Amino acid sequence: MNRLTVKLEKRLTPSPVMAFIIPFISVILALLLGAIFLSLTGQKPLDVYATMFGETLGSKYGLTETMVKAIPLMLTSLGVSLAFKMQLWNIGAEGQLYMGAFGASWLPLTFPTLPIYLMLPGMILLGMAAGGLWALLTALPRAIWKVNEIITSLMLNYVAILWVDYLVYGPWKDPKGSNFPLSAPFPDAARLPGLGNSRIHAGLIFAVLLAIILAVVFKYSRWGYSIKVIGSSERAASYAGMNIKRNIFWVMFISGAISGLAGMAEVSGIIGKLQHGLSPGYGYTAIIVAWLSKLNPLTIIIVSVLFGALQVGGYSVQLMGVPAAVATMLQGAILFFVLGGDILTNYRVILASRKGEEVRH
Amino acid sequence: MNQSLIQLQGIVKKFPGVLANDHVDLDICSGEIHAILGENGSGKSTLMSILAGLYRPDDGNILVNGVEQKFRSPKDAIDCGIGMIHQHFKLVEPFTVAENITLGEKQTSFILASKKLNDRIIELGIKYGLEINPDAKIWQLSVGEKQRVEIVRMLYRGSKVLVLDEPTAVLTPQEAAELFENLRKMAMAGCAVVLITHKLNEVEAVADRVTVLRQGKVAGVLEKHQINAQEMVRLMVGRSVVMQYARSSSSVGKVVLELNKVKALNDMGLPCLREMSLRVREGEVLGLAGVSGNGQREMAEIIAGLRLIQSGEVLLNGQSISNLSPRAIIDLGVAYVPEDRLGMGLVPDLNTLDNLILKNYHRPEYSGRWLLKPRAVQQNADTLVKQYQVKLASLLQPVKLMSGGNLQKLLLAREISSSPKLMVIVYPARGLDIGATEAVHKLLLELKQQKTAILLISEDLDEIFKLADRVGVVFNGQLTGEFPVEQADLEEVGLLMTGSRTARERINDNEPAHS
Repeated sequence: MNRLTVKLEKRLTPSPVMAFIIPFISVILALLLGAIFLSLTGQKPLDVYATMFGETLGSKYGLTETMVKAIPLMLTSLGVSLAFKMQLWNIGAEGQLYMGAFGASWLPLTFPTLPIYLMLPGMILLGMAAGGLWALLTALPRAIWKVNEIITSLMLNYVAILWVDYLVYGPWKDPKGSNFPLSAPFPDAARLPGLGNSRIHAGLIFAVLLAIILAVVFKYSRWGYSIKVIGSSERAASYAGMNIKRNIFWVMFISGAISGLAGMAEVSGIIGKLQHGLSPGYGYTAIIVAWLSKLNPLTIIIVSVLFGALQVGGYSVQLMGVPAAVATMLQGAILFFVLGGDILTNYRVILASRKGEEVRH
Repeated sequence: MNQSLIQLQGIVKKFPGVLANDHVDLDICSGEIHAILGENGSGKSTLMSILAGLYRPDDGNILVNGVEQKFRSPKDAIDCGIGMIHQHFKLVEPFTVAENITLGEKQTSFILASKKLNDRIIELGIKYGLEINPDAKIWQLSVGEKQRVEIVRMLYRGSKVLVLDEPTAVLTPQEAAELFENLRKMAMAGCAVVLITHKLNEVEAVADRVTVLRQGKVAGVLEKHQINAQEMVRLMVGRSVVMQYARSSSSVGKVVLELNKVKALNDMGLPCLREMSLRVREGEVLGLAGVSGNGQREMAEIIAGLRLIQSGEVLLNGQSISNLSPRAIIDLGVAYVPEDRLGMGLVPDLNTLDNLILKNYHRPEYSGRWLLKPRAVQQNADTLVKQYQVKLASLLQPVKLMSGGNLQKLLLAREISSSPKLMVIVYPARGLDIGATEAVHKLLLELKQQKTAILLISEDLDEIFKLADRVGVVFNGQLTGEFPVEQADLEEVGLLMTGSRTARERINDNEPAHS
């Protein structure tokens, strides 16, 4: 009998080597899978990939656009990662982003003559408050009646998007905008300054600063400790005297506020007005980014850039007749392989012939 | 008696990091009650799971009536006449006894509970002293009766070998005695009974032969005339162990904890405490005996502030702590070691450093306004781990990887180091081996010397009689009896645990005694 059997054996501790190399292998496998798909549709995968990466990483324009897409991803991912740390599944970053954009837009549209030193801080505060309060709509029923936060936060996304639509199709529509669903353009004082002369705006600084702050909070702070305990075991947390309800409020509020800041940065730094469809789903991609980064704030910054590049690359290959959805497909494939690869970090594969030697990997 | 029914030869079973069974041989003959004795982690459950077809051995043979068998699933084992009765019953609550007994049978008739089936169940019941009403629903039965259903189910399926995993864990002393009598009858009728246990007195009382396991190996096989407690402990632990602690009568001081007519609801919204009153004094251990589910867990949660009371009051040093927040109660000096060590007392995924500051991370010793003080946290862990001799691979490893004994030591280290005025401890030795139990008991007795009031909640009467100064009995959310330990009688406490009322009480209540 020489039949080989494959067995999985749980590792006592996750393998650090695997944890490090699996994301890279996942990207390669995802590209291979994408290549199969592309060749089935009659494309030359190598050409498509060359265009994708050539455009994004090889030109100043591509790099700039990559960062422009990465900034809202960074912010929303940081936002959801805070909630995820406490096992609060905030799927509502998209809606919180829209509400943040709404809150921030209110100020320049209502008081267009404010000076910049009042206008920008005011927009930041209002954007974060609007995103945070929107998230509280999820937090309150969750804390008080244990209403599942996944459902409520997801549903509220549609409400927020439609609310912004209502405004730009209705009361806030620019009378001079030839009937497009746009608000009036913001005054210059309401525009986040760019870095140098590029479209990359100060939102990048917010994101990096927040990432550092969150990294410290998670690792070294008293509050981060209680988030960790509540996330691991609510029973142990209440046994230890932690106030779970209050933490749900604060964590959700801040999580929503960070996504709200993403919305503010989009309208103030990039678009310069409130408009229909201002996010192509950053708040949803953020969930994938946060997950791939294992909720590590600094990793989130890097992974966001990768996902920004994929998105820009997706647009750039459209000229070759390849749908931009290729990028989305690659995102999905990467997630698939990373999650699948997790099994190798936590388990060891053993090949064994029926009675013979065991081969361990 | 001398005919081998089942033989296990050289059984090897590996799990990651452990060799659970290391060339274990076991010989089970018909007509005998064969005890498998061993501490937790000695491999007895693994061995029995192999015998019941739940695990496949990595090496070794299973012989049934001298013929080698390979069990691919529990069904194969059942077909060979091996019936396993698990500690947690596998019964469908809303179904009747008869329905449960035929559950999973291939050749059941369309109409389940037939007259023939009922007759057979009654017949088996009479034969082995396992009387049970076939039409009763499972949820109506007591724990002991449910166990009977499990046994009858195995007999009905024609099991020749009955394997019982810690069968007395959930029984009162009276129910246990009855069970043993019935097992004896089955052995006389030619069955083999395998009893998995870590209780020495049970082995002494009932076993014809005992196989002692230690660290996955057979440490020894004793015949009936060789069975004695000292020898079994030596084989189990590998050294001799103190069987009785010196009872030091520390001076008992003022009342620390007082419950006055406390009423509360359980998680299902049903009353779990009905006017519960008790007192624990400084330097005293009150041992509360009771079958689990009679309100003990809820009472511990109430004292810790985790459950609200409806009426009555809870006093600590004369001050009311009824319905205060858990943190306020912790700050008043109440330590609590819950039944659920991993998941409530300790956070499974966090490491030892983090778990040791669970209750005082917010105090100035361990954190400033915003940030934790990593050096103080590290120092705290180093000191406690050394002082309480907790064995661990690394302070940074998640605590869920630690053994039960070490978890309990870690938990006690944290709770005792807070110098509590009151310690509430629930099932302190449940699932611990003899060595760890001894260590935990010693820690509690030391704590008592430091004038801490200790409320010990346990199902294990031996433990209560060893540690307590006063013994209380809870039944159905009430204190049904309380004795100084010298005057407490094991039989009487056992009866009270089942809700039987003593003659003494009937007279006190001026109630006519029925029957």
